[in-house]
Amino acid sequence: MEQIKRQTPENGGYKETDRELREGSRSERKGEAMEGLEKEEDREILRMEVESRSSNEEFARVAVAVFMSRLDPTMEEIDDVKTAVSEAVTNAVIHGYQGESGIIYIQVTIEGRLLSVEVEDRGVGIGDVKKAMEPMYTTDTTGERSGMGFSFMEAFMDQVQVKSAPGKGTCVMMKKRIGR
Amino acid sequence: MMEQEFSYEAKGQALVIHLPKELDHHNCRNLKVETDLLLAENYITKIVFDFSGTVFMDSSGIGVLLNRYKQMERSGGKVAICGAGAQITRVLNIGGIGKLVPRYDSIEAAIAG
Repeated sequence: MEQIKRQTPENGGYKETDRELREGSRSERKGEAMEGLEKEEDREILRMEVESRSSNEEFARVAVAVFMSRLDPTMEEIDDVKTAVSEAVTNAVIHGYQGESGIIYIQVTIEGRLLSVEVEDRGVGIGDVKKAMEPMYTTDTTGERSGMGFSFMEAFMDQVQVKSAPGKGTCVMMKKRIGR
Repeated sequence: MMEQEFSYEAKGQALVIHLPKELDHHNCRNLKVETDLLLAENYITKIVFDFSGTVFMDSSGIGVLLNRYKQMERSGGKVAICGAGAQITRVLNIGGIGKLVPRYDSIEAAIAG
């Protein structure tokens, strides 16, 4: 199982960001407690299973956009997440399942201001994740695919992690803080 | 989900391609075959991509644009973009198209430019 973790300089690393965000959500809970609305779990989750069809690329990104709207994001933040989700789902359809049938598992988690999106397939998997994530790398021979899918996910989200194993499938985990 | 189509319009030696509302991998599937046919049958020196009806594009759109750009460059032709909104402009810039392909406000300006 190969795992690649990328960080952008401005988020200062995953662990730090995560801790900071949890503290953020704790103080929010405190506020709610004063109004008598304290919840056990300050986390909301959306789970979806869609068939691996290119028509579901739009459905998936729109569903995620609607779910994240409860964070009161800007238009730009919504567009960023939609683009990243579209890239991940397109990869699952084209590369993971190679255009064959299969199920794409999508989980979206909201924790404080942190939005996490996981897109998973049980398809062919990636042998060399590092190489697959290189900008402009593509296995396409028609010239129609730009090879920028992972670069786009990294450009539009704060953090992108890819877990993959040949024959088992691929899971793309992306995080973005909403409302800077 | 509704099928979104491209529409094509010939203006002199320019081919104007009106892009669908959502330009993703699903909606890009037929574009290559269709434009290749139009370019083979007509004398085209410029392709204008009209984004005025488009609200979303991902890297699939970049792939399509880059391939047409290379195609036209080989034959000495040009490619232009018009009507790009905020999300489209951001994606074009991150995809590196911003520097390659000139952008205009209207189809007329894109054909003239």
